[in-house]
Amino acid sequence: MAGCSGALSALDPAGPRAANLATLWWVMLIGATLLFALVMVLLLLAYTRSDWISRVTPGQWIIGGGLMLPVPILVLLTGTALVLGEQLLPHGEAPVRVEGEARQWAWTFRYPGTAMPPTETLHIPAGQPVDIVVTARDVIHSLWVPRLGGKIDAIPGHPNVIRLEADEAGIYWGQCAEYCGEGHDGMQFRVEAHDPAAFAALMEGGNP
Amino acid sequence: MSQSDLSPIRLHRALNDIWGTPPGLGRLSSVNHTVLGRRFMVVALIFFAIGGLLSMLIRAQLATPNSAFVGPEIYNQIFTMHGTVMMFLFAIPMFEGFAIYILPKMLGARDMAFPRLTAYGFWCYLFGGSILIIAMLMGVAPNGGWFMYTPLSSRPYTPGINADVWLLGITFVEISAVTAAVELFVTILKVRAPGMSLIRMPLFAWYMLVTSGMMIVGFPPLILGSILLELERAFGLPFFDPTRGGDPLLWQHLFWLFGHPEVYIIFLPAAGALSTIIPVFAQRPILGFRAIIAAIVAMGFLSFGLWVHHMFTVGIPHLALAFFSAASALVAIPTAIQIFAWIGTLASGRPRWDIPMLYVAGFFVVFVIGGLTGVMLAMVPFNTQAHDSYFVVAHLHYVLVGGFVFPMLAAIYHWMPHISGRQSLYRLSVPAFWFIMVGFNLTFFLMHLTGLMGMPRRISTYPSNWGWDWLNLLSSVGSFILTMGFALVLADIVMQFRFGRPFRRDPWHAGTLEWAIPTPPTNYSFAALPRIDAPGDQLAPRLIGPQLAGGRGYLGFPRDGQMETLGVDMVTGEAEQLIVLPQSSFLPLWTGLATGSIFVALLFGFYWLAPLGALLTVVLFLLWTVKLGRKHDSGPVDIGMGEQAPRDVECPGNVTVLANRTAVVMDAILFSSLLFGGLFLLVVAPNWDGLAPLDLPLWLLALALMASTAGAGFSWLARRANASGLLIGSAVAQVLAVVVLAVLMAWVPEPTGHARQATMFALLAYATIHTALGALMSSYGIWRVQQGFVSTRRNTELVLAWLWNGYAAAALVPALGLVLMLALAGDGA
Repeated sequence: MAGCSGALSALDPAGPRAANLATLWWVMLIGATLLFALVMVLLLLAYTRSDWISRVTPGQWIIGGGLMLPVPILVLLTGTALVLGEQLLPHGEAPVRVEGEARQWAWTFRYPGTAMPPTETLHIPAGQPVDIVVTARDVIHSLWVPRLGGKIDAIPGHPNVIRLEADEAGIYWGQCAEYCGEGHDGMQFRVEAHDPAAFAALMEGGNP
Repeated sequence: MSQSDLSPIRLHRALNDIWGTPPGLGRLSSVNHTVLGRRFMVVALIFFAIGGLLSMLIRAQLATPNSAFVGPEIYNQIFTMHGTVMMFLFAIPMFEGFAIYILPKMLGARDMAFPRLTAYGFWCYLFGGSILIIAMLMGVAPNGGWFMYTPLSSRPYTPGINADVWLLGITFVEISAVTAAVELFVTILKVRAPGMSLIRMPLFAWYMLVTSGMMIVGFPPLILGSILLELERAFGLPFFDPTRGGDPLLWQHLFWLFGHPEVYIIFLPAAGALSTIIPVFAQRPILGFRAIIAAIVAMGFLSFGLWVHHMFTVGIPHLALAFFSAASALVAIPTAIQIFAWIGTLASGRPRWDIPMLYVAGFFVVFVIGGLTGVMLAMVPFNTQAHDSYFVVAHLHYVLVGGFVFPMLAAIYHWMPHISGRQSLYRLSVPAFWFIMVGFNLTFFLMHLTGLMGMPRRISTYPSNWGWDWLNLLSSVGSFILTMGFALVLADIVMQFRFGRPFRRDPWHAGTLEWAIPTPPTNYSFAALPRIDAPGDQLAPRLIGPQLAGGRGYLGFPRDGQMETLGVDMVTGEAEQLIVLPQSSFLPLWTGLATGSIFVALLFGFYWLAPLGALLTVVLFLLWTVKLGRKHDSGPVDIGMGEQAPRDVECPGNVTVLANRTAVVMDAILFSSLLFGGLFLLVVAPNWDGLAPLDLPLWLLALALMASTAGAGFSWLARRANASGLLIGSAVAQVLAVVVLAVLMAWVPEPTGHARQATMFALLAYATIHTALGALMSSYGIWRVQQGFVSTRRNTELVLAWLWNGYAAAALVPALGLVLMLALAGDGA
């Protein structure tokens, strides 16, 4: 999907979590396209007055279209999404835990238990899950790194945790997704994923 | 007087004199549903044009990266106003106006149950909307988003007047939604043609019944939220400030408790229009009538279990989200039932094409896409990517434009002949449709991709390096094509009014009663009310119309120069009472202005003026009643067709009583939202540790409760024994309760210091206002008794006194209970 790539594209995943979400999207897109086509074909047949369709009884329309068609799809989809959502949750302790604090209109990331000073760029190790504890100092913001995972709101007074993961070392981009005032459009931040050894050295050396 | 006395022409003249609106400035005194329904729709369309213009500015700004067209401070006002105008000033008033115009005619009634309330609602809508537009022209429009999330919309982060304009202007407009909800609910249940039982009502009435029920439940949380936020902004009561024990999430819950049902509140009337139009063009009755009723009732209930799907990323535990995710997916089922019932109706009928059907087809395409992306968004993991991105912008426009604007355009082409008395020429209609269809899809279909490629909502500009440039440019091009389509529709409407072909009656061969009256409609609608003995959307207006015009039916005669229509038994639809409606009056306008003075005073910080405005409003409302009622019992009177019915004042289940009961329910829901808010803060909000318990004077609580209970008890006895003297005891006891509660309010230490005290203050204020209302209703009863309006048979005032006094006392129990709980908070916890 070359047209969908981009430094902020959720369709160009760079980690297992974002990849799962992208897969969910493509599956849902195929399903939705088929359902849409079905409804349009039925509508077309209704107008071309095909004999077959005029013999469908009211009960068949209501029970078939209103219940038998959507119920299995919804059960399957909701179940899958629930399982997937559970897998994506920050269960257990991730080896690395970073604190992200939002304010109008910038991010500060802290690395507790290391020598690393606070940074505006988010540093993470590649190839392993990272938990980010997100809060806000003033108004509500939202942390979103589309290529590494979903988003979580930064709400004053309510710390939230999101787990992200990058497959490979490199530069990624994140941004604020919750409207937060005049500087909202400029609230992007850089994410640097390092090889584990380089990351460990960075945390010890404290010199980004 | 019997119905054969007058020729159709003389009957028309006699009724016309009674129901007419005065000319010139007297037009402002109109209370007629046809006139006011039209006014609502015209004003709503003007706001639609304003909202559309704002969207053009948005697309102009976003057409290219790094745009310098407007800066973020202006852009934020523009997108906030676009959402606000379209939701509150266009969509809701548009369907309200349509329902006000069409419902009485479909139900076989001459007007709504409370014509002056219709007018008052209209003025509140017009004035409230104007406040917002004037603020925008002065450059101080709201800029916190149409969802007004705190703390961004709180005083420290929005110090200007902008947020107050939203909170006060929208609450003012909301009054019209509240009055419309109560009025539609009561009108549908009580004011119909005899014989139209509940199950014989046309589907549109069912849709509006459910819609009005949803408005009764859905609007109070938003109104409460707006009041609390304005209290925080104006007086520093910290309900939403996390540093002082408030919680920004409380706002989100209150807002979406309203905001999600709101989507269905907008969709259902549109779906009701579709369920009316499709059978006409399929030339057969709708398929699955009862299944559709079950579906819309299910939708009404389900829609209140979905609000959290707007909050999937705020950090609520995943399993709790699963419940809301499943409920959001579940709502696809009643939607699917309706979609397939409509397709099935077309498939098993003899469908014909006409302009309304073109828009119905457009609806199917657009709305089905919106529904499918809605199911996608209901899936929590996907939502964490798509939420607050342009994917959601695409989805919501597919749902709202597909689910409201396309059906509304179908409805305009279907019912415009009813308003104008002329049929469309169709020269412009077809190209207009294609401009709208192509423009809309070009604009919004691409936004799904824009969002997944990472573009967040509500950014005023973007750099060129994210790959969004071509998508945004095409969206902007599409939006201009879309606007041209709307301009063509406008031109088409003007052409139809000017050059359309006049027709005699019922051009579409429809099956509903509104086509049985002359078009354009007469101000009394029906010269006589029909007897209905078939389903209300399978009638033959062409045959019924001439009969009614000749006065053959109920009330086919003028009497005492009074505006009369019939009230029926809710379920069976049998004639139950003769409703006498109030005539044209300037009081709604004056009352609307007085109400406006409250909001303007609050807006500009003249807080001392607001109570005066409130007092003036109450006095004016009391004046409304001066001409209402009768001073003698008259017993059953002739209503035509050989039947008799008592007058409404002598009927125990009259519309006034039902409306007041509905208002109490609405009030109780507002109160429940307040209780929910208090408990939410107590349990969830940050910074509640280390509070010292307060030493509440319990004896004062007990005294207030006893006084108010005594007040309620006296009013109950007065009602039961029809002994109006007891109302004096009721009023005195409630005044005592008011005084005690006011003392308690003054006692609350430092309400601005912490959300705990602020909530106690708000609960006590609610209790004070309602005990005062109880006292007022008792005093009003005494006044009416003295004037001779009350007798054993005419006892509405006594019923109302007991209703409001009983509610005041009942509300005091949970209010004071929560006050006590809050006072004890921090006690070792």
